[in-house]
Amino acid sequence: MVAIPSKHKSLALLGGVLLVQVLLLAVQIKRDSRGRLIRVWAITATSPFERSGAFGVGWVRGVWNHYFALRSTSRENEALRVENDALKLTISQLETKASEADRLAALLKFRQSHEQVPMLGARVIAASAGTASRTIEIDRGERDGIRRNMAVITPDGAVGKVIEVYRDAAQVLLLTDKDGGAGAMLVSSRVQGPVGGTGDPMMMMKYVATDEEVKTGEKVVTSGMDKIFPRDIPVGTVVEVKAGNPFKQIKVQPAAHLDRLETVIVLLTQTPVEFKSETPSSTQQSEASPPAATAKSEKP
Amino acid sequence: MNESSYELRSGETHIEVHKFFPGAILVVCVLSLVFQAMAPVYFPKVAVIDLPLLVTIYFGLSRRNPSTGLLLGMIIGLAQDALSGPTVPLGFYGIAKTLIGYLASSIGARLDTEHPAARFALIYGFFVLHQAVLVLIRRLLLAQPEPWLNAHLAIAAGVNALLGTVLYLAFDRLRSS
Repeated sequence: MVAIPSKHKSLALLGGVLLVQVLLLAVQIKRDSRGRLIRVWAITATSPFERSGAFGVGWVRGVWNHYFALRSTSRENEALRVENDALKLTISQLETKASEADRLAALLKFRQSHEQVPMLGARVIAASAGTASRTIEIDRGERDGIRRNMAVITPDGAVGKVIEVYRDAAQVLLLTDKDGGAGAMLVSSRVQGPVGGTGDPMMMMKYVATDEEVKTGEKVVTSGMDKIFPRDIPVGTVVEVKAGNPFKQIKVQPAAHLDRLETVIVLLTQTPVEFKSETPSSTQQSEASPPAATAKSEKP
Repeated sequence: MNESSYELRSGETHIEVHKFFPGAILVVCVLSLVFQAMAPVYFPKVAVIDLPLLVTIYFGLSRRNPSTGLLLGMIIGLAQDALSGPTVPLGFYGIAKTLIGYLASSIGARLDTEHPAARFALIYGFFVLHQAVLVLIRRLLLAQPEPWLNAHLAIAAGVNALLGTVLYLAFDRLRSS
């Protein structure tokens, strides 16, 4: 204990007594907005120390956790890595399911908008084993009513035609195969010409005269002249036009994603059917110019 | 309470410390509090008199012991708080009278406060100081606006000083020596 000089004892006593009474007052006084004065004082007096203490404790804890207590960090990292991989896998699966749902929704919408056309949805179960051909195999066959030369499409556009039919499966020749193709026409000018594969991802539109005006970006749709595909199904987009003699060399990018087909639609008819075009431009063009007005040649 | 008186040696000055009859201080304190509580009921203007303050000052000046003075002031003040109703927090008068008790005892130990004129002046000053402490408490702790100085305070201080000067002559008779 610190000894207080006798001459200061009364002063110390005064200070103590006043302090006690001030505290007594503070306990009783209640400010409307901030509660009792003693609380305000207590919090005001202690909060700097509490803040400092919290900062100090946080700093010590941070140093300890980040520099010393790393024994379990490696284990946690490993567990988190495994969990992360599992989550990535889950995300991938969910994305796949989501895209599949989108595709199925598109198929359903397409099916509903063409209810008058008999069609069958099919799942792609295999593709050509080599690069020499571009074919796919679907899980529908003869038992489902599929026959040779039936058109195969997706909501995006034409895919190909059925070339072999088995009991429960069928083989489809894609438009991009060297032997594949479809009767087509340019949407804006209605110039007709067969579109055929070259073995590459791109297709060529043939027999378009040099004097015809063809622009890149122009849409190409089926003409219906091949007796396989209905009219006005999207085939692709002109991506390159070169002059030639006597015909232009027109490169067309397929409208359907032929390199990643998972579900397709088989049109269950071998008689020509009419599709209502869904593309505004083609609709406008159909109204503007008579169909097949400038047909020159066709090689399905 | 001690019944005898003795001399307090403070430097070159010899000041007599007065003692009172047994129970005199207690009785006077109680009576002052009772008067303070009852008189305004019948005579509202009497409220201007602060009899407990006059008692605190008197015994502080007479006893000349700061510790005793401040403790007596504290007790009287807290009692006055308790008698003042729930709107006056405990410690309000307690703080003010503790301070006055201490100062009165300290001054009484250094000066001769037996002369009526000195007593008048001291009472006047202590009354003003007492009110100043109360105003300070109201402003700082209770957050209540209160004027510092006004004519009413000056008049009240004069009345209390006059009454105290007369009353102290009667209190002097309670001394045992």
